[in-house]
Amino acid sequence: MTQLTGAQLIVRLLERQGVRTIAGIPGGAILPFYDALSASTQIRHVLARHEQGAGFMAQGMARVSGVPQVCIASSGPGATNLVTAIADACLDSIPMVIITGQVPQSMIGTDAFQEVDIYGITVPITKHNFLVRSAQELLDVVPDAFRIAMSGRPGPVLIDVPKDVQNQLIEVGELPPPAVPDMPPQLDMVAIDAAAQMINAAERPVLYLGGGVVHSGASALAVQLAEQGGLPTTMTLMALGAMPIDHPLSVGMLGMHGARYTNFVLEEADLLICVGARFDDRAIGRAAQFCPNAKIVHIDVDRSELHKIKNAHVAIHSDVTAALEALLPRVKPALRTDWLAHVADLKQRFPMQFPGSDDPRSHYGLIKAVADALDDEAVVATDVGQHQMWVAQAYPFRRPRQWLTSGGLGTMGFGLPTAIGAALAEPERTVVCFSGDGSFKMNIQELATLAEEGLNVKVVLMNNNALGLVYQQQTLFYGKRLFASKYRTEPDFVKIAEGFGVPAIDLDKADDPRAALAEALNAPGPCLIHATIDREQFVYPMVPPGAANTEMIGG
Amino acid sequence: MIEQVADPLPQASCAKVILELDVNNHAGVMSHICNLFARRAFNVEGILCMPVSDGKRSRIWLLVFDDQRLEQMIRQVEKLEDVLAVRRHGAEHEVFERLEDFFH
Repeated sequence: MTQLTGAQLIVRLLERQGVRTIAGIPGGAILPFYDALSASTQIRHVLARHEQGAGFMAQGMARVSGVPQVCIASSGPGATNLVTAIADACLDSIPMVIITGQVPQSMIGTDAFQEVDIYGITVPITKHNFLVRSAQELLDVVPDAFRIAMSGRPGPVLIDVPKDVQNQLIEVGELPPPAVPDMPPQLDMVAIDAAAQMINAAERPVLYLGGGVVHSGASALAVQLAEQGGLPTTMTLMALGAMPIDHPLSVGMLGMHGARYTNFVLEEADLLICVGARFDDRAIGRAAQFCPNAKIVHIDVDRSELHKIKNAHVAIHSDVTAALEALLPRVKPALRTDWLAHVADLKQRFPMQFPGSDDPRSHYGLIKAVADALDDEAVVATDVGQHQMWVAQAYPFRRPRQWLTSGGLGTMGFGLPTAIGAALAEPERTVVCFSGDGSFKMNIQELATLAEEGLNVKVVLMNNNALGLVYQQQTLFYGKRLFASKYRTEPDFVKIAEGFGVPAIDLDKADDPRAALAEALNAPGPCLIHATIDREQFVYPMVPPGAANTEMIGG
Repeated sequence: MIEQVADPLPQASCAKVILELDVNNHAGVMSHICNLFARRAFNVEGILCMPVSDGKRSRIWLLVFDDQRLEQMIRQVEKLEDVLAVRRHGAEHEVFERLEDFFH
């Protein structure tokens, strides 16, 4: 038997779970935990500059590793500052364990200093949450939190720990074993057989891959299924990289900013095989008019996603890997020459267009130049807005977990701290963060963390001094009444980065921007790469609000 | 980004449905369940909760109107970590009727 405080017990349980890096910010109600953490030789703490930054660093680590990662904050404002990062993780199914300090139990409910009901606040944005009432409970709660975060459809789990629980001394015998994921759901072989028969009988099938394929580690299986069945394959924003974009069966990203031919291929499909995707409105447009001629096979580990937006003809409640493994021996090899020839014809007639892609001073050209200077080992993170969609369209993603983006919540400010997290988890990789000037300013303080950690993160700042996607929508859909979408002053981002201790270059002033870019990307350590882009360049094609995916404008 | 243009919410029918939930008994369970219904704009007409057996579990009775979203709602409830089982009863179930004397 060992005597431990609640705080020491949490640290021991995190160590035992294999946690090696955590991001956070200390404060009054979490100080006992920080005191215990300072004695850990296994866990490294990264001090963020804003709790939201810490939340996204944990996300970055989780998104590249697939393993639950931890962030820490104090009570009150520390905890509420995490809310956006937690909600973001919830919508994108990112496994994360959030530990917050709370005022002592005797003061809960008294409106004490820095007291906020973070348990209540995070009910709708976590997979599950706990308010711990004794140190003894931690023995169950901490492993449970990890188990829940990584089982089935992953997600964030919050543990709120009052200060007195952190200080409480208890006798601890043997620690519980590290958490492992729950058993996946039992596979329904009748449904698998039915799905295989539908695939074999289909004339114009399309494989529709979502983020669940990446979470399940099933990308190679999905590609194998596509090749075996001769299935043209589209990916959601979250699935980019599941199939290499230049694979002959890839028809690229679907949806609001997908290529015209992609949405036309879906329009003609007679069978849609949806794997780990959830028929999100940005992906499918007007639901009633999405794939109007197709039967639907839907595979998802979250049973509540089945029949949620579109009724499936065959619904398979299963882990994606298990379902694909069962499907593969039942799907007949097929060439589907006619259908694939028609898909190729649509692609040739309505291709994705990248105007200006030879010019590194244009938006597409800059993205292509970055890709040209890197190999597939690099990780690419983005913020949210026009630059995010351009990167999704133009960057050649070729492996799962190469691409980190805020899909469901669409959080501006996501990019920099998430890129830092990715670099913390995989320091040998180059991590590029494409950002816009609007998004970048939302977590710009994390440049200080980046400088301190000296990580290999390159921020490519595409600056149009505007909230570009708002500007675009006001231009297209609000009678060009531009309001609150352009900035009247422009900060000097190069000076800002240098002020934080991050080297910076300005491509606007480079004689040979392509060479300057390659040099900056390939030098070790952090760097800000600033590039002005044209505010009048919009993201095309675009499905207008409420329209069907086939009613795209532009592109 | 862009405003959502969605079809109007389906109108609930008048048919009553009674849900019986077995749940873990601790302070946060009711808030998890009520929050789930509230954030999906699904009205709960009646709610009853009492601990059962040794106090480690509770039973919750919910009175709701049938609605095409109910099936989805039940699946969401089943996903909650503290919900152990959900049983669905028709309007003939008398749990709420027998309490009517207390609501006059």
